Amino acid sequence: MSDKGSNLAISDLVSAMGEGTGKPPFSDQPQEPDDWTLVIRPKSGWFDLHLGDLWRYRDLVMLFVRRDFVSLYKQTILGPLWFIIQPLLTTITFTIIFGNIAQLSTDGLPKMLFYMSGITAWNYFSDCLTKTSETFSSNAGIFGKVYFPRLAVPVSIIISNLIKFGIQLGLFLAFYIYFLTQGSAVQPTAALWLFPLLLLMMGALGLGAGIIVSSMTTRYRDLRFLVQFGVQLLMYTTPVIFPLSKIPDQYRWIILANPMTPIIETFRYAFLGTGTFSWEMLAYSAAATAVILALGVLLFNHVEKTFMDTV
Amino acid sequence: MSETVIQIENLSKQYRLGVIGGKRLVDDINRQWAKFRGKPDPLSKVGKASSRSDFETDEIWALNDVSLEVRQGEVLGIIGRNGAGKSTLLKILSRVTAPTRGEVRVKGRIASLLEVGTGFHPELTGRENVFLNGAILGMTKSEIRRRFDEIVEFSGIQQFIDTPVKRYSSGMYVRLAFSVAAHLEPEILIVDEVLAVGDAAFRSKCLGKMQSVNREDGRTVLFVSHDMASVEALCKRGIVLEAGDVSFDGDVTEAVNRYLRPREVQAEANELEDRPREGIGGARIHSIRFEGDDGNVRTHFRMGEPLNVVVKANFEKTMRNPIFGVNLLTDRGVMVADCRSSHYQYQIGQVTGTVEYRMRIPSVSLYPRTYVAEPWVCESEGAPDLDWVHEAATFAITANPDYLGGATVTASHGVTHLSTEWAAEVIAN
Repeated sequence: MSDKGSNLAISDLVSAMGEGTGKPPFSDQPQEPDDWTLVIRPKSGWFDLHLGDLWRYRDLVMLFVRRDFVSLYKQTILGPLWFIIQPLLTTITFTIIFGNIAQLSTDGLPKMLFYMSGITAWNYFSDCLTKTSETFSSNAGIFGKVYFPRLAVPVSIIISNLIKFGIQLGLFLAFYIYFLTQGSAVQPTAALWLFPLLLLMMGALGLGAGIIVSSMTTRYRDLRFLVQFGVQLLMYTTPVIFPLSKIPDQYRWIILANPMTPIIETFRYAFLGTGTFSWEMLAYSAAATAVILALGVLLFNHVEKTFMDTV
Repeated sequence: MSETVIQIENLSKQYRLGVIGGKRLVDDINRQWAKFRGKPDPLSKVGKASSRSDFETDEIWALNDVSLEVRQGEVLGIIGRNGAGKSTLLKILSRVTAPTRGEVRVKGRIASLLEVGTGFHPELTGRENVFLNGAILGMTKSEIRRRFDEIVEFSGIQQFIDTPVKRYSSGMYVRLAFSVAAHLEPEILIVDEVLAVGDAAFRSKCLGKMQSVNREDGRTVLFVSHDMASVEALCKRGIVLEAGDVSFDGDVTEAVNRYLRPREVQAEANELEDRPREGIGGARIHSIRFEGDDGNVRTHFRMGEPLNVVVKANFEKTMRNPIFGVNLLTDRGVMVADCRSSHYQYQIGQVTGTVEYRMRIPSVSLYPRTYVAEPWVCESEGAPDLDWVHEAATFAITANPDYLGGATVTASHGVTHLSTEWAAEVIAN
């Protein structure tokens, strides 16, 4: 009896993975001393962002978007209809509680439209923020095994929320057109041209704030709980359920300091023709957004390299 | 001579052990948070001086000044005990974590298989997961699309490709994941024991695929495994990592031998302090020795001879009927037997202080090769070990002309002799 029987699998391995004998792929290229495709160093500089990497992995970003979208409503009966049901019910609730019972002003706008415009815009921002803030904690498994630009995850979240926002915007537009044809006191203004900018700012602000939180939660888990109700509290400092014009002067600065305020007000002004719109406020908001996003990207980039050691 | 594709220079990685522990996590958070805000370290202010010094002694270097060059087309085996730094090295090379010091320069695309099926989403279909997993591993969509049919055909689960993977059997899941990995075609492949999963037939199919790729472009492979046999078979060059250092770099057979052969057995192995060990504490094993029936300490025994393993352990508290044990392994790390006193209902009664226990094998039926003994003690059956010394000592078994009728037996005949009875008759003529 031969003693080789038990070594069958091993001989397979050998024949399969024995040393390569083919020609080296680089053989016909001139060899330079620093001809390296990748250099791994300890923490590189704060500004070494590899944003090019993110572009190279754009297919992955889109696949993440697809995954999030497809997996979210698998095995639900209503599926993507939930995207519509949620803002619709919230609008109705707000209309009843804040509009009819509390009798809060809506700047003379139809209550449904007023609340729905605020909720639609706010939802996009807050979803971006809360979802991206979980980047590290909910992807620890993948992050620990494979390298890809970590920013791909939050960016994909922003994009999948954009799709959701598109659907909710469609709902808003349906109501909007209905009210327009009913001759309500609403009218679109030229500020509508700013809509793409508003969208960009909301996404960027949500992304920036979200990745700041996610970078810090890797070391400071408490932040995860703070985000839960922090976002809720933040909504009350944003003119979602009240118009900026009705805020007493002594509280006004709080509302104005919130970079989301000009975005929501401009959004409303663009579609409905009423609201506080000023270029200065919008410029402040854009600047704050840029700072928060830049800070977020820097922090995120700094944390992603050593994240696996602290989780 | 082919060119260098991986150049590792003075690579070091430091971990803080405390990050894992409960109380220190809090400390760490406070500390980092303070550092983040530019405030002084809160721990030094609160007067927890001891806690802070704990902290500093708990910093360990998982990799310490490792320098290494890998040439194109090489298949390099990386071996070492748990905690020697293998995984850390792989993690740095796969860019999952950053080094503390030093630099790695790489030429060509690296794909690391630290796991198969990373990022598989249970709700998505096989088709969707192929794309997702491929993209996570660094392929572009068009690359995956080009190889998609090949991947699916290779996995052999064509009919289930549009079924969510949560409905897959674990075998199907692994097949699909492997297929994606096998079609990666990077210049440098890092493999961390993932080859150990999956059924043998599929595994050889998978490796056959790698072979064809290998032939064409001379791929470089870094292979990490605890299975010495496959490392030895696969690689020509091996490095041994020991406590974060490269303790050997050269021919793979020698590397494996270095790794496997613990220090020479002394007349009496009193120095077990530096051996890796695990256990919850409460008892500590101090020494081990091998004796013939005449009481002489020896390292070589003939097959069929009696062998005594004598272990000295110190019990820090009084215990009733603890279980004594000795694990026997081959020099290749294959477990031969877990020998324990409880199998023989041996009861010592109340013990405390230093105890010497003796395991006698009346007739060693092990085939000639080197064996490793690992003594351990535990409080009762099923309880965690109080102390367990890994690779405490080795002994060698040599052929014995007086045993088994003088038959020539060698290591290639197996590990242990089984006592058998034979009968034969002619049933047809």
